[in-house]
Amino acid sequence: MTAYRHLAINEVDDVAVVHFRNRRIVEDLNIQELGQELFQLVETDQRKKLVLNFSSVDFLSSAALGKLITLDKKVKAHSGALKLCCIRSEIFEVFKITKLDRLFDIRKDEADALAAF
Amino acid sequence: MRWPPSDRGTPDPASHQVKPTSMSEEPWIWQCERVIPSRAEEGRRVQEEILHKLQQQNWLERDVFGVRLALEEALVNAIKHGNACDPSKQVRIACRLFRNRLRIEITDQGRGFDPAHVPDPTDPQRIACPCGRGIMLMRNFMSRVEFNELGNQVAMEKTRAGKTWAT
Repeated sequence: MTAYRHLAINEVDDVAVVHFRNRRIVEDLNIQELGQELFQLVETDQRKKLVLNFSSVDFLSSAALGKLITLDKKVKAHSGALKLCCIRSEIFEVFKITKLDRLFDIRKDEADALAAF
Repeated sequence: MRWPPSDRGTPDPASHQVKPTSMSEEPWIWQCERVIPSRAEEGRRVQEEILHKLQQQNWLERDVFGVRLALEEALVNAIKHGNACDPSKQVRIACRLFRNRLRIEITDQGRGFDPAHVPDPTDPQRIACPCGRGIMLMRNFMSRVEFNELGNQVAMEKTRAGKTWAT
């Protein structure tokens, strides 16, 4: 299994539950690495079921949305499924304004996300 | 001399002072003006300075989040799209904090753009496009967002939510 610098992965049955080590996900050098790590989960580790748990994230910008959209495309191309959960209200508003709450399957908490597969 | 300066020298600080025409004469609590090189970390330092002032003035967390997001998006636009990360180009940030309102002007040395021609990122045809959401977020999280005619300057205002304090 690949080592991840920006992500912490928990295995729950056949689902990879991903926590972010960065409190803020913004445009900088790290976001390229973060994107690569997320894509590796799908392309290298062949994970088909992913839950992104945002409980430790208190800020993200549109650069992060771009990475999530690309990840979603890669997951779908590999016939997998992606769920997002534990998104604080201000960040959820970012998804809602951009109508990405319709593109992503967003669940209240991790248990809901795991039950949705 | 007008800002941005036409040469690569250090701009004369007197040349880009906040003009009374662009910032109202209403009494203000704090102001800053910074001219930074086109690097994300420089922009983020100014961002933190402004947000720290809002926190000191007990602005609500939700408002601070909105200002952080708008600043982040506007600075990335100025540095990455406006100045194309050219280290010889600078970004000017002028900020004035009033009792219940924050005004920020961000100017880059790029060619500008027409905000009216930025496509709607929520269009079903574009929803899966990874870019192009910054301006929409700025408009939604700030009370007012305006661009100059050239499109290399954005002026944003945020009116503080919640109670206004007598003291």
